Amino acid sequence: MSDQEEDIILSELNDEELVQQMHDDLYDGLAEEIEEGVNILLERGWQPYNVLTDALVGGMTIVGVDFRDGILFVPEVLLAANAMKTGMAILKPLLAETGAPRMGKMVIGTVKGDIHDIGKNLVSMMMEGAGFEVVDIGINNAVEAYLEALEKEEPDILGMSALLTTTMPYMKVVIDTLVEKGIRDDYTVLVGGAPLNEEFGKAIGADSYCRDAAVAVETAKEYMASKHNQLAAH
Amino acid sequence: MLNDDALTHDGLDVTQGSGSVLILACGALANEILALIRLNGWDHMSLTCLPAILHNSPEKIPDAVRAAVGKHRDGYDHVFLAYADCGTGGQLDALCEELGIKMIRGPHCYSFFEGNDAFSARAEGEIDVFYLTDFLARGFESFIVKPLGLDRHPQLRDMYFGHYTKVMYLAQTDNPELDKMAEAAAERLGLAYERRFTGYGDLATALGGLTSRA
Repeated sequence: MSDQEEDIILSELNDEELVQQMHDDLYDGLAEEIEEGVNILLERGWQPYNVLTDALVGGMTIVGVDFRDGILFVPEVLLAANAMKTGMAILKPLLAETGAPRMGKMVIGTVKGDIHDIGKNLVSMMMEGAGFEVVDIGINNAVEAYLEALEKEEPDILGMSALLTTTMPYMKVVIDTLVEKGIRDDYTVLVGGAPLNEEFGKAIGADSYCRDAAVAVETAKEYMASKHNQLAAH
Repeated sequence: MLNDDALTHDGLDVTQGSGSVLILACGALANEILALIRLNGWDHMSLTCLPAILHNSPEKIPDAVRAAVGKHRDGYDHVFLAYADCGTGGQLDALCEELGIKMIRGPHCYSFFEGNDAFSARAEGEIDVFYLTDFLARGFESFIVKPLGLDRHPQLRDMYFGHYTKVMYLAQTDNPELDKMAEAAAERLGLAYERRFTGYGDLATALGGLTSRA
């Protein structure tokens, strides 16, 4: 950031300028500034859902696009995600109170044998930002853990993540088990992770492979819209 | 010893030699392959390497391999790809099939250095282990710390390594200096440390099978 930008006093900006500044601050991974910006917008009477979508999700979307285009790299995305997490921590309880729109529910976890969760955590955060209720069951999940979470949470979407070539085949074990139990079609199954690709997603019987968090959100929204339309047609 | 920084970012031009077999390798394997060629007198082999840093974006490896094979294959009887799957999700295997060349079996170099069968047998008990090789112990700073931004943003360490418990240095050579470097890397990551000697493992076996008529 330049010296000139360091002098900016967030509370003196109008709403439009402040939201723009928050996008910049998210891009720069400035958690304290994001916390301050969120509180200012709430004090000005903004609905928590609008703070989330306009200031935070809007900013993270720019981060996601620049990551995809090779302008930003993983460390910068993680710093931005940390900053967004700070804002989300303030907004989450308020969103629950104010009955913000709910897009759907997702259970997400990293598969057995794999402890990597950076991508999964980004997807969880962006899905929450898009209005999904996310139940994150963490890392190293055996098929039993997925089944238990599906039964308990009754989500619309199951998300599975893997970073390793050696662990990604486990996704098929989970999907095959869902098929065996006759519950595969009860859920939209989205998969993601660095070594995966679309072909792999199709081969294991997932509904979609999502190459990054932004694609996961868009794909989830499309499936929810299609589900809604199917229900409306009956 | 070749320059690790050059191997990381630039790769290696084809080595001198009257080789009929070209080894197209990851830069992280250059010193080990040259040592094996020297030790075994494999004069029929030449070596060229792609930048090791491609591992940080594995989706770029297949295209780089395709281009390098296209560039070099007319000058040799055979090209052998000294990569394992390396996070490409089977794409390198499919590419080798398409190009009619062979590659090293296994998921990654940690596995084939240890021996794929031995590594696989231990894998379930080591899911929270972060591996280093000789190359990575030497290049910890430029290959891991800087690309992950830990030099600029040390607070990210636990986001990357929070679920790991131990650094395991899989040693190709007996070198106390590398042992110290690997232990220092573990300390920097806040993880326990262990060293396990592997030698060249399945890399030696795979290259040893490449006769001049491979």
